[in-house]
Amino acid sequence: MFMFDKKRTISKEHMEFLMKVRQRKILILSARILILLAFFLLWEVMAELKLIDSFITSRPSRIARTIGNLYSEGTLFYHTGVTCFETVVGFLLGTIVGTVAAIILWWSNLLAKVLEPYLVVLSSLPKIALGPIFIVWIGAGTASIIMIALTVSVVVTILEVLNGFLAVDQDKIKLVKTFGANRLQVFTKVVMPSTIPVIINSLKVNIGLSWVGVIVGEFLVSKAGLGYLIVYGGQVFQLDLVMTTVLILSAAAALMYQGVVYLEKLLMKNGRYTSDKIE
Amino acid sequence: MGAVVKVHNLSMKYHSINSEIAAVENINLSVEEGEFVSIVGPSGCGKSTLLSLIAGLLLPSEGQVIIEGKQVIGSSHQVGYMLQRDHLFEWRTILENVVLGLEITHTLNPETKGSVTRLLDTYGLADFKDKYPNQLSGGMRQRAALIRTLATDPKILLLDEAFSSLDYQTRLAVAEDIYMIIKRENKTAVLVTHDIAESISMADRVVVLTRRPGSIKSVYNIELSCDNRTPMNSREAPEFRHYFNQIWKDLDVHV
Ligand SMILES: Nc1ncnc2c1ncn2[C@@H]1O[C@H](COP(=O)(O)OP(=O)(O)O)[C@@H](O)[C@H]1O
Ligand SMILES: [Mg+2]
Repeated sequence: MFMFDKKRTISKEHMEFLMKVRQRKILILSARILILLAFFLLWEVMAELKLIDSFITSRPSRIARTIGNLYSEGTLFYHTGVTCFETVVGFLLGTIVGTVAAIILWWSNLLAKVLEPYLVVLSSLPKIALGPIFIVWIGAGTASIIMIALTVSVVVTILEVLNGFLAVDQDKIKLVKTFGANRLQVFTKVVMPSTIPVIINSLKVNIGLSWVGVIVGEFLVSKAGLGYLIVYGGQVFQLDLVMTTVLILSAAAALMYQGVVYLEKLLMKNGRYTSDKIE
Repeated sequence: MGAVVKVHNLSMKYHSINSEIAAVENINLSVEEGEFVSIVGPSGCGKSTLLSLIAGLLLPSEGQVIIEGKQVIGSSHQVGYMLQRDHLFEWRTILENVVLGLEITHTLNPETKGSVTRLLDTYGLADFKDKYPNQLSGGMRQRAALIRTLATDPKILLLDEAFSSLDYQTRLAVAEDIYMIIKRENKTAVLVTHDIAESISMADRVVVLTRRPGSIKSVYNIELSCDNRTPMNSREAPEFRHYFNQIWKDLDVHV
């Protein structure tokens, strides 16, 4: 009813309003670009005028050259690829393993109660501290790095998703029970679909955590990836390499986050998953 | 005409570490086929508990519930339950929502799906089958919720304050709407409410419960002199006030 837009002519006032909204958008976008340009320009100029020591701060022109070099050596995509791969695998595994564990804990109240103190301890432990242990156990390689990334995100996921499961409206559960639903049906028909937004949200959190895990893992393992380039650059005092890698890292992290946001939009299209939350 | 539901000496207590709460006590009630029974009582007196017991979602401490001659020992699809809010699942389309019960009871087949689709068509939701719940008005959502309940062809409908989440005007309209559908589909129904006027306007019989632990205080057979019995017309009937005052006194409301 109210959903079906009728064709109507746009009034002049409304037109002006739309114009204003658009102008504001353009203003915000140009301001953003301007800040970025100004930052790099200032950096370059200050280095040129020797106001800052470009040996320890690097400078945009040298960063551009470094990117060119890395590209022609073929290492740019290699290291970026390695890190992105480890991050994606780490955060997907963290989310999947965490969700599965949460399902098991939801299923068995008793188990959840028994394991509660352990989960609390694990969630407050800085998981990075386990890195060296994994390297000894699994070997200094990709597997260890992924393991670290997974460990960093898995406990948060378990707690978040389990809380999501437990927060499902009891009346919705009652409703399916009146149809004679068993525990599996309660889970698949109500609990899981209601918790999808929580799981997607933990995906967003996990991607950030996974980056932390992977970079620290690469610091420790020191074989390949952007984390490796950063430690290596730092050790040989090549700040150009360090700054370049940090910039690439920020770009990759931002892109990946946008990817998850896009996925979220895709899953939530049609305004599903919104109605009851707003009420 | 036999009783669809018989409630026999029913009592139920909730247990917690510190206490034991008697929610309902010694309830005897039988609902005839095609009858519409309202149960009114102050909030917290055990109305929802009573419906859950009839639906087999809770087991009684004492006594029994018998539906169609069989003792209730767990939830069964003989009973259709409507809750206060419609609880349409926002991730399902209307059609997917109304076949929920059929899915759960593994009775979703072309035949049952066809009859549900006919219900949607009959009650004006044909164009909304593939829409999501948030695209429907409150009244339409409640109607969809009723069709979801009717889909499994229950012997008896239980309505737990089914209208109280709606604003006053919508509530009158929806009560009218739901009443008509229930009558047209020839269903037996038990409505629980704390709204005295609503209970009289829809029912053949009103059962008044005491404060917790809920037990039956009085029962009124509602006989109204109006030609076309609908909730709205009932409110106009001359006897309406009389019943209202009686039940008001029984409920003994203190502020
Ligand atoms: N799960 C429960 N555990 C303990 N007490 C409960 C529980 N559910 C309801 N009660 C208590 O039982 C009484 C009756 O509840 P209910 O049947 O929901 O009342 P009504 O529907 O009439 O408002 C209330 O006083 C409530 O506090
Ligand atoms: Mg209640």
